[in-house]
Amino acid sequence: MWGFYFDQLMNSMPMFYKGMGVTVAISALSLVGGTIIGVITGILRSNKGTFMSRILSIYVDFMRGTPFLIQLFIIFFILPEFGLQMEALTAAVVSLTLYAGSYICEIVSASIQAVPSGQEEACRSLGHTRNQAMILVVLPQALRMALPALVGQYVLLIKDSSIVSVIGLTDITRAGWLTVQRVPEGIMVFGLVGILYFVVCYPLIQLSNILEKKFSTGEMKL
Amino acid sequence: MLRHVSSRGMAHLHTDSSHMLEYFNFRIIWEYMPLFMEGLYHTAWISLVGIIGSLIVGMVACACRISGIKLLAAPAVVFIEVIRSTPLLAQLYFLYFGLPSLGIQVNELTTGIVALSFNSGAYVAEILRAGIKGIPAGQVEAAMGQGFNVYQRFFYVILPQALANTLPPMLGQAIVLVKDSAVLSLISVMELTRAGQMLNSERFMPSEAFLTVAVLYLLVYYVLKGLTKFYQMRMTRFRSA
Repeated sequence: MWGFYFDQLMNSMPMFYKGMGVTVAISALSLVGGTIIGVITGILRSNKGTFMSRILSIYVDFMRGTPFLIQLFIIFFILPEFGLQMEALTAAVVSLTLYAGSYICEIVSASIQAVPSGQEEACRSLGHTRNQAMILVVLPQALRMALPALVGQYVLLIKDSSIVSVIGLTDITRAGWLTVQRVPEGIMVFGLVGILYFVVCYPLIQLSNILEKKFSTGEMKL
Repeated sequence: MLRHVSSRGMAHLHTDSSHMLEYFNFRIIWEYMPLFMEGLYHTAWISLVGIIGSLIVGMVACACRISGIKLLAAPAVVFIEVIRSTPLLAQLYFLYFGLPSLGIQVNELTTGIVALSFNSGAYVAEILRAGIKGIPAGQVEAAMGQGFNVYQRFFYVILPQALANTLPPMLGQAIVLVKDSAVLSLISVMELTRAGQMLNSERFMPSEAFLTVAVLYLLVYYVLKGLTKFYQMRMTRFRSA
């Protein structure tokens, strides 16, 4: 029986490859978007006590305090009520971007605060402006420190992208879900799903570990 | 604030009749409050059971991994790496669709709790390992000097200290677990997210349903976050004293 199911599973391989493409595509898009949002908001948030930082902490708390599934539902089901209809793909990328952005914001702002304040002061005393000190001196050091956590966050992003399968996007998880309706051999089908995710995620996890060893400061706890 | 949002919804009502939103319906939320509360209650106890389960799984996996016995360490490493590089949803489906084909019939709730425990357990194992790495070698040597065997060293000397060191990241993991438990709604386990889905499918009121659910999750989040902050504050005071 297993051999028969295995043949059937092999027949639906094209769908899995497509699903892998979708997973990689939405992860990559929201990875880029999330990093851009995260770095910008992270810089703004590292100025503790400002109005902007308080506003951002509401955003960050909301994204970190509610399940991603709920955020996806809010964007996919509620925004249309306000006339903002989105395709499943757009909704998935938007929600994943906002979600990743909030975590990256925390990573970036924590690493900026971990850069010793003497660095900025030294730069300012050389006659540079605040922005120059941030861009030329603080940010390069902070991003270097943040790199392992950032790569770790990308792995989480790829894994969380599996949840967008519930709004009908055929990513790896949904490919498995569709297949298991025809090939009632859950271990086999979702074993394959697991292998595909493993192929995508494991190199990144290893990269994060290597970076962590290389840049370990003993300071960062995120 | 919500009224402001809904008035924008009203504006769209004139331009496009397909948008049904009139105002944020507090009456429906009140009517469905028992359902939300039931969902919150289920989320709370599922999370609690999941946290206990993941502590057990994590301790065993961590003990195996650092035992130095290859026959135990290798499977533990494989388990941890596989769990950490696959999504919870895929693991949940693996159990949900996989267990019946192995001839094991369990209900959705058990499947969900098992998936949560094993998923979170892998992360707990890594947190514990990091905590154990931070324990001075002298502690182990002293325990060896007392003639403790490997299990006694682990359970009486290393583990209590590691648990104290790792409480803040553990609470962080607990927050993750509470949020992850939302995924259980996808195999129709009754919990908070499912309560929102039920309201949405019965009355077609996604804003009321999902925003209320979000607020309730935030409530749990702030409680756990406050607990973490309190503990960290106490620890730093204790350490500096």
